[in-house]
Amino acid sequence: MMQLLLFNSFNGLIQGVFYALMALGLALILSLNSVINMAHGGFLVIGAYLAYTLMPYLGFWGALIAGPVLAGAIGLVVERVLIRPIYKRTDPLYSLLLTFGLALIIEDMTRTIWGPQGLPLEIPDIINSPVSTEYFFVTGYRLFVVAVTAAAVIGLYLLLRYTLLGIRIRAGIRDLETTSALGVNIYRLRALNFGFGCLFAGLSGVLAAGVLGLTPPMGNSLIMPSFVAIIVGGVGSLLGAVLGGLIIGLAAGITTTFYPAASEAVIYLMMLIVLVVRPRGLFGQEGLFE
Amino acid sequence: MTRALGIAAMWLTLIALPWWLPMIGSYTALGSKVLIYAIATMGLNLLIGFTGGLSFGQAAYFGLGAYGAGMTLKYIAPSTPLAIVVGTLVGGIAATLLGPLVMRRRGIYFAMITIAIGQLFYFAIVRWNEVTGGEDGLAGFSRQDIHFGDLAIPLNSTNFYYLVLFCFTIAVAIMWTLLQSPLGHTWVAIRENRRRVEFLGVRVERYVWAAFAIAGFVTAFAGTLNALLFNFTSPQDLHWILSGNFVIMIVLGGMRSFFGPLLGVIIFVVAQDYLSSVTSNWMSFIGMIFILIVLLCPKGVLGLFERRMRAA
Repeated sequence: MMQLLLFNSFNGLIQGVFYALMALGLALILSLNSVINMAHGGFLVIGAYLAYTLMPYLGFWGALIAGPVLAGAIGLVVERVLIRPIYKRTDPLYSLLLTFGLALIIEDMTRTIWGPQGLPLEIPDIINSPVSTEYFFVTGYRLFVVAVTAAAVIGLYLLLRYTLLGIRIRAGIRDLETTSALGVNIYRLRALNFGFGCLFAGLSGVLAAGVLGLTPPMGNSLIMPSFVAIIVGGVGSLLGAVLGGLIIGLAAGITTTFYPAASEAVIYLMMLIVLVVRPRGLFGQEGLFE
Repeated sequence: MTRALGIAAMWLTLIALPWWLPMIGSYTALGSKVLIYAIATMGLNLLIGFTGGLSFGQAAYFGLGAYGAGMTLKYIAPSTPLAIVVGTLVGGIAATLLGPLVMRRRGIYFAMITIAIGQLFYFAIVRWNEVTGGEDGLAGFSRQDIHFGDLAIPLNSTNFYYLVLFCFTIAVAIMWTLLQSPLGHTWVAIRENRRRVEFLGVRVERYVWAAFAIAGFVTAFAGTLNALLFNFTSPQDLHWILSGNFVIMIVLGGMRSFFGPLLGVIIFVVAQDYLSSVTSNWMSFIGMIFILIVLLCPKGVLGLFERRMRAA
């Protein structure tokens, strides 16, 4: 029983890592671009499938970097062509519908290009063996996923905290108009930020593909929990998005041990409880979007 | 005057639909589907277009209505009117209870919470296998004849269309009355300037709650009819893709206009029906429709006409 609980908790935590990476990208885009990126799952799929396609040429390590970077680059193009024209519209309805349409196109195109059936992502043997026989589920790859995610999150933190670009992004999140008045090119800032968000989605996709395999709708099953992660963690807080993702992943894992049928519903129930008890989320600022 | 003529023409077209629709090579059930979606989207538009609350999870209440109706027929009693009433209550009460969680939010946050709440019901239905049929959907029920004393009206597809048209008329009458009432005017005022309305001493949150609850009841009402139309309902009826489709139908027709959603539904349903019959990549085309509408005609088809008329 104990081992089963550990097994499911660890699985849940890994799932939570993917939610956290997704939620982090979504939260970045939400804060500075004021866009709910419904196509975020699409960028995850793009990152994963491009890594799959490039792996024969670049090897696993090259693909691990190339997939997310290309997803980010496509994000830059999408921002320039589709999102930028609608910043002026204050009603969030339009960006929501636009990215929703984009999500449909990406899913359909993925299915057309790579086929509807699932594909496996080959992982090098060095990192794919179980660490111990008793805890067979703790494979090297899963620890690797945690390590890469931690590195990415810390990297983003350092970027936001210490670089000029990061300071500008944080200033833009606080007050876009003033930032613009101080001479920052906010169009470029928002474009880069959107690209970063998509890069995180792509990274989440490559890492998730190693555990879950590749399927065209794989993004759909990860994007909704990421919304929940943001709401639970608190809208407007990047730390909240990461911790929110880990918490709901863990909660889903633990629930699987006791009542598997509720493992998906439980995260939405958690969200309802948080909304009742603490409407702004665990780390959210009061009054934001209220 | 033109408006009155237009609306009269619309009703005549709808009443005569079972005659002319088969003549152009389509089928009456498609007409029923259009009217059912029109009820759902016009109800949702009370919230989106008139109150300014962007609900992106409305399919949940549509689906709850559908499952409520289907399960009533299957497990409780073989009565069509009872199924409609029960389903409407199930979806409507769910929306009423959840209203307080969303009524304080605005804009993006409102949208995100409504999407996520919708997913709760989706997974509840998918995983509650024994009762709901899970992924495969709920089958094994069928709409029953309607009895007036000794008179039994069989619900073949034409008669069912008229039942739907009757329900559409009731829903339209109720929604129209609401929008002419002080309640409706307050909704529009909230949409235009929420803070100012607050400063006037109006309890804005209660009005948003009312809009959310009423939209939920109307959408669930449409959902019950949808289950009866197909004698089947599946988790797809609660999926967020359907929620998104509802919103795009509203925007496509014109969300500032009362009958706009009906026009949007007609265009969208016909386009979907046609595209899925000619190409397997219809999803991409639907996605492109979304993007083109947002970029090129955000005010919808009716908005385009209005601009033409003003220019002329």
